[in-house]
Parts: sequence; C-alpha cells; structure tokens
Amino acid sequence: MKYILLMAAPKAGFDTYRTWSEKDVQAHFAVLTGINKQLSESGEFVATEGLDWPDQAKIVRGGNNGAPVTDGVFPESKEFLAGYWIVDVESPERAYEIAARISSAPGPGGTALEMPIEVRRIMTRKRDELG
Amino acid sequence: MTDRLLHSSSEHLLRELAPQVLGSVVRRFHDFAASEDAVQEALLAAAVQWPREGVPDNPRGWLIQVAARRITDYLRSEAARRRREAEAALQTSYEMPTTAVENESHHDDTLTLVFMCCHPSLTPSSAIALTLRAVGGLTTAEIANAFLVPEATMAQRISRAKQTIKASGVPFRLPSNQERAQRLRAVLHILYLIFNEGYTSSIGPQLQRLELSHEAIRLTRAVQASLPEDGEVAGLLALMLLTDARRAARTGPDGELIPLTKQDRTLWDRAAISEGVALLTAALSNGSVGAYQLQAAIAAVHDETARAEDTDWPQILALYDLLKRMSSNPMVMLNQAVAAAMVHGPSKGLELLQALDSDSRIVGHYRLASVRAHLLEMAGDHRAAITQYQIAASRTTSIPEQNYLITQAARLRENTAGQRLNLSIAPDKLPDPR
Repeated sequence: MKYILLMAAPKAGFDTYRTWSEKDVQAHFAVLTGINKQLSESGEFVATEGLDWPDQAKIVRGGNNGAPVTDGVFPESKEFLAGYWIVDVESPERAYEIAARISSAPGPGGTALEMPIEVRRIMTRKRDELG
Repeated sequence: MTDRLLHSSSEHLLRELAPQVLGSVVRRFHDFAASEDAVQEALLAAAVQWPREGVPDNPRGWLIQVAARRITDYLRSEAARRRREAEAALQTSYEMPTTAVENESHHDDTLTLVFMCCHPSLTPSSAIALTLRAVGGLTTAEIANAFLVPEATMAQRISRAKQTIKASGVPFRLPSNQERAQRLRAVLHILYLIFNEGYTSSIGPQLQRLELSHEAIRLTRAVQASLPEDGEVAGLLALMLLTDARRAARTGPDGELIPLTKQDRTLWDRAAISEGVALLTAALSNGSVGAYQLQAAIAAVHDETARAEDTDWPQILALYDLLKRMSSNPMVMLNQAVAAAMVHGPSKGLELLQALDSDSRIVGHYRLASVRAHLLEMAGDHRAAITQYQIAASRTTSIPEQNYLITQAARLRENTAGQRLNLSIAPDKLPDPR
C-alpha cells in the first residue's frame, strides 16, 4: 500500500530555516538522506521531492488570462508544502513509523524538529476482483 | 527490453520455460540467488537472439546451457575470493538432461520453485515480486512497472527476498507431505493476490502495463499442471477464469465500474467460462470441496445466467452458507447477506449485516457500508442509503470504487428530490419505491 508523507510548515518556519547554522543544516539533511537510503534498501521507496520556497509560490485560477492571481503574498499562518515522500509499505503502522522518523529530524542545536507530517493513503486504480 | 519482450513472439515460450529452466539450474547448482540471476540473463539473451536467429530446436536446453555457462562464470569469478567452494562446484560440470528426465522433472521443478518463492517467511509483497520474477520470468523492470514503483526499489525487494530464502536455508525440494497442504495454502493465496492486483486502467499506455491477472492465471495453470488432482488448485484456477471472463463488461468506456447486475453479459468471455466450469465440475466430482471451489461455483452460477434477473439466488445463498461453515471470513458473511436479501428480501440481509457491526475486521471497511447502502436502497430507505454510500465512498482506497459510490449517492439524491417534486405536483400519485 502506498502512502504519501507530507511535510508542511508556515512561512515563518521557512524564514527561520534560513538562519540555521551550516552544521545544523548538514545534520538535518544527513538524517533525511539516511532515511531515503534506508527506504531504498528496504524496497519501500517510491519517490521524494522537495519544493521551492513559499516566496516563489503562485496561486493560479482559471480566468485572469492564465496569469497567477497572487504574486506570492500569503497570510503568515498559511502552511506551505515543503516536500513529500511516497512509500510503498506493508501496513499503515509502517508509514507512521517512517513519518515519525522524518518528523524527528534534527533542527537547530540538534533538537528534534518534531514537524507535523501528514500521512495519507494513496488511492489505487485497482479494485477488488474477487471475494 | 520490456518492449522487445512484450512484442516478441517467443515471449510466451520464454515465460513457460522460465521456471523449468530455473528449477533445473537451482537443482544442479544449489544457489538460488545466483541461479536466478543467471536464468534472467539467459532469458534476456533469448529475447534478443531468438526473434533474430529463430527459436532453437531445444529451447529449454539452450536456456539451461546459457544459464549454466553464466553461473559457471560467476562461480569462477567468485573463486578468487572463495577458491575452494568454487572448485567443488566447477568440478561438477553440467550435463544436458535427457528428454525423458526432462519431461519427468520439469513440472516438479516448477512446483518446487513456486513453493520456494511463496515461502511463509516472506511478506506477501516480497513473495509476489519473487514469484513473478523467478516463476513468471518477468524482468525486474516489468514487475516494477506493474506495481508503479521505481525499478531500483523492486530490485531491492527481490534481492531481499532472495536473501531471506537463503538465510532460511530452504532446500530446493518439494515440501514433505505433512507440510505440503499448509504451504500450498500460502502458494494459492499469493497467486490469488497477484490476480487481485491486476487491474484495468483507463490511464497510461496499455503496453507498459503488465496484465497481472493474466500472469496469475498462467502461473496457476502451471501449478495446476503439477498438481492436477488437487481440487483447490483447480478451484482457484476456475475462480480466476470465471472472474476474468467478465473483464470486458466490468468497466465502461471511461473506466467506470459496472456492477454485475448491470453488465452486458454478451461481452463475457464464453471460452473462459466453459473452461472454468469444466475445471470446476471435474474438481467437484473428486469429492473434497474447498473454499476456492465454492467461490468458483458461485462465480459459475452468475456466469451461466444470461440475464441478471434470472440469477439463481437460492443456489448462491446455499453456496455461501456452505462457504461460511468453512471460513470465518467476514467478506463471506457480507456476500451471504446480499444473497439472503435477494432471496428473502432486504430486511433479512440488513439483519445479517448487524452481526458484522461488532466484527473489528470489517466494521470500518467500505464494503460493509456499500452493501448496507444497496440493501437500504432495495428497502426503499433512500435517505439512509445515501448516507451509507457516502460513508463507503470516504472509506474506499480505490478510485473506480469511489467514483461508483459517489455516483450512486448522487443518483439517489436526485431521485429523492424528484419524488418530492412529484408529490407536491401530483399528490394523488405515490412515489415509485425504486
């Protein structure tokens, strides 16, 4: 069963991130890279991507001649997707376990960030044929 | 390579031969992982050479020879590190089996291989991947494609499965008779899961999608050829054929789900139905009846009925009653409730569903809500039916199912609104309970 693990943060979180020390940034990515590597080795990895920063985000709606309707000025409280993982696992519990490890990736000073990770099952196009 | 394999006229032959060749090589060299790699290379070599140069006179022998050469090369290169073991292996130079030995052993080899790949120490997804590769002769890329995961992930899954088998020290031989029945259940379950994994999709180019249902049928045929006397193997094969026979009628032009009662039955595959019914009849006449045979018998009742309204529901209900005695699977009770509703009316079906509300295995499952919705609709309680369709839609993880359930809820809402309108315009006319 496939799950998507979504990492989101308010704009303030992204702004704070710019102030992290080099060591903290490296430690953070070392953990995430390690998780990716382990997911590949366990045969559970499907995809992961990081997204660019909220400064670059645009909202598009039909109309307006196809031009974005905002230039990226959003309320401070709005959460932005920072990145996601797609994993193919044996159980929902395993997806939660991976999400917890991602959430515990270290932030400034090596303290666990405990970022909320939203775990969502990915729907399939197959259906039960039997039984 | 995928395209070449798929388009090649030798593809079918290669898949047929793959387990026999692998079985033969493993029996000789005892190293499952190395043999498996060598056979994959031989299959790829054949996929390239045969269409160009023609199929050799003894294709099985050709593949065994190429694989044996590869594995010898591999063992020779390993010799640098582990000279003594390798020397022992090299001393036993491989001899081509005679035709007599060949015919006698290849069914057993295929079966042994299936037992090995569906080993209980593997997770279902690993067992499925390994079975498709080792027994089905599919490339890692093809399997990855079928499950929509990257090739590297599938390669890792297969490689871990092989390590698990190696670590478990399973010898390459058929399980003992006592062990056989229990292991066979696991094998049949994996084949069943592969069949279930098959889906028709309205998206993506068909060529890139491996038909897993057909692959499951092919593998089950191979197991059935090895165990022709086993009623449950025949039952599973019959169940697959009788279910797959409805494939063309099961989805509409946009991939939407069409339930059994609404399907255009002229689209059903008569040849598959005949074969399934014949298999089932032969199996049932042998005496022992198992769960797969009963499910196949139920599928056969539907398949042999030309019009949905002529369905022999009392017979289907009787079969579900038997099935329920054999398995405590809540899905069986769910289907039994549907059959009971068709025979005795919706209130009887709804009453049976109540027993499932305390069953933790199914209480949150969309199928319970979906069946309840259908029965409530039959009973004319449209408002409750709409709620249940919506609950079911929010619980399913299948996009076609969800679209179907949302459509049902919408249809009922419109009908109910229409009825209210009718009532206010023509109060003397009673609304149609359907």
